[in-house]
Amino acid sequence: MSISPEAGADLTSHGPTELAELDIAPEVAEGAAPEREISVGVGDNIMEVKNLTVKFGGLVALDDVSFNIKRGEILGLIGPNGAGKTTCFNAMTGVYKPTSGQVLLEGESLGGRQQHKITRLGLARTFQNIRLFGEMTALENVVVGLDARHGTSVLGALFRVPRHRREERTAIERGMALLEFVGIAENAAVLSRNLSYGHQRRLEIARALATDPKVLCLDEPAAGFNPAEKEELMTLIRAIRSDGYTVLLIEHDMKLVMGVTDRIVVLEFGKKLADGLPAEIRNDPRVVAAYLGEPEDDAA
Amino acid sequence: MSTTDGPTLIPDAKAEQDAITRESNRTTRGGFFAPLADRWNRLSRPQQWVFLLIVVAIAYALPVLNPPLITSEPGNDWPITCLQMAIFALVAVGLNVVVGYAGLLDLGYVAFFAVGSYTAAMFTSPDSPYLHIPYLWTLPVAMAVAMFFGVLLGVPTLRLRGDYLAIVTLGFGEIVRILATIIPAMKGQVGFQNVGHPPGTAADGHPIFSNSNGTPWYWLTITVLIVILLLAGNLERSRVGRAWVAIREDEDAAEIMGVPTFKYKVWAFAIGAGIGGLSGALSAGATGFINNQKFDVQTSILFLAAVVLGGSGNKVGAILGGAVVAYLPLRFTAIADYKYLIFGVVLVVLMIFRAKGLLPARQRLLAYGKVTYARVAARSRAEPPSTAGTKIEGTAQ
Repeated sequence: MSISPEAGADLTSHGPTELAELDIAPEVAEGAAPEREISVGVGDNIMEVKNLTVKFGGLVALDDVSFNIKRGEILGLIGPNGAGKTTCFNAMTGVYKPTSGQVLLEGESLGGRQQHKITRLGLARTFQNIRLFGEMTALENVVVGLDARHGTSVLGALFRVPRHRREERTAIERGMALLEFVGIAENAAVLSRNLSYGHQRRLEIARALATDPKVLCLDEPAAGFNPAEKEELMTLIRAIRSDGYTVLLIEHDMKLVMGVTDRIVVLEFGKKLADGLPAEIRNDPRVVAAYLGEPEDDAA
Repeated sequence: MSTTDGPTLIPDAKAEQDAITRESNRTTRGGFFAPLADRWNRLSRPQQWVFLLIVVAIAYALPVLNPPLITSEPGNDWPITCLQMAIFALVAVGLNVVVGYAGLLDLGYVAFFAVGSYTAAMFTSPDSPYLHIPYLWTLPVAMAVAMFFGVLLGVPTLRLRGDYLAIVTLGFGEIVRILATIIPAMKGQVGFQNVGHPPGTAADGHPIFSNSNGTPWYWLTITVLIVILLLAGNLERSRVGRAWVAIREDEDAAEIMGVPTFKYKVWAFAIGAGIGGLSGALSAGATGFINNQKFDVQTSILFLAAVVLGGSGNKVGAILGGAVVAYLPLRFTAIADYKYLIFGVVLVVLMIFRAKGLLPARQRLLAYGKVTYARVAARSRAEPPSTAGTKIEGTAQ
């Protein structure tokens, strides 16, 4: 179990990472993403959201929200329904153009960039409602993600230049390693629309990881999961972090959020309500009033 | 259809049995061609090559064989019918790149065909006052000019999607036809006579590539078609093909996964246009005459019908669809006047019973996918996966 040493050392202090639980070998994903270059040190801000405001007409969906994501952590973004979680997420990943404010990834502003360029800068996401390429096999889906790091031109592909062949070969190896990592390698050849729901969710994560992100954003990855599946998902998310990825997690399920995140940002009515360790958030009276006041079963 | 795929594992008896069981458990719609496709996929690579060579040999021999019942004579000259089928097949392969792979509905594809035809005519016909070049040179030139027009149309319009794009391409098709009518240099209905042909003179003093003899033109066209097929196959099994299919499946998700969707849509348009232009140049040379009458909307729709009929997304299906669409009116001359009605009915029926066309084969999008899938299948046989009953598609490619 070769856990990336710096990530482990800094973060196991808070955050319940029972490393012994990890039954997935992290070196698999290291084989899948060996060329990641991150200039930011562990624990420094890898992503900064500064005064982000999104207005739809007169409606203020996101009002002056600021927070940071530290390299190597799992940050939870929570809030009641309609609090602006997904809006925040979409504004961060370039789907919406923020009315004001900016988002920095490793100090580089993401504003005004095309979405595929944002992905290449190192920000990957999954979708709340699964959006795989249905007519493609699981492996092909992952290889589309890997293509984000490929350099073959159209002419190169047309005439099968050596670079193309090399990239195709390594793409299959890496793709299989990623499928192995999320635990669906035996379904590599299955069309993604024929995969079971849980496997589709895992495939989405594998596809996002394939783009070799610095920050991986998961939009409600546990939606529709039963408790056992949620448990497996938590293990997977921890394994992803142990490989040195930084994770932003949007989630409704409080048990999952409290169990897996290192730090939590709470949104309500488009504003940031609180920001802190899970234990602090759990006991914050404002948060309790806004969100956790309801019985936990309902929240889940 | 590439020579460079890795070796396929020769399946043992058990694998064969498994495959058969799996196929018999399939839940998707079967069809008259599905067993054929499955049998094809179970053949080993050398067997497939032998088979392909036979098919190619038959294709080349087709105009000479003149098989009874199938032949279009006496109504229409058989080699010319073959030529029309080959040209339509080539058009369908080109349009398939745009519609089948990238999922961009193009209702004005005839425009690129027209651009190719006019390029060939204006560079070779004695009616044209401009520079004259040998006919064979017009093939790449027509391709390049059509690609240029593809980019010209694509850059402003490919920000549109679905219906909107379809309307704009429909308009573009009409614009090209109307320009051919109103620009004096393009000679409207008078058109261009004696479009050039490849060099070579037969023993009797007539040129080999005469307009009345379809056979040499047919051979030229299917040779071009085979080259285009190999190149299109290379693109399909690369990041380009994957990008196109990803765009077709979910454009936003593709963009977010790092696919420069706009760039690849323009490429799809350009490549499709290039093939359209190429077939236009071949058609102009073979007919020897073009004017503005051939390039109407109906022809665009006929091209699209060929792709949809054959199986959108599958290049072999496109060839079949193109050949069928060209063949039927020439074989059954009695129905030729009703061909749009008949194709309309056929398409409706097809969409009800076989929504994915006659040959709905899935694209293979990985250059070395077959070996990998075989390995995965072998492994999951060794240790049966938890998801028993899930179809393994890899073996059915």
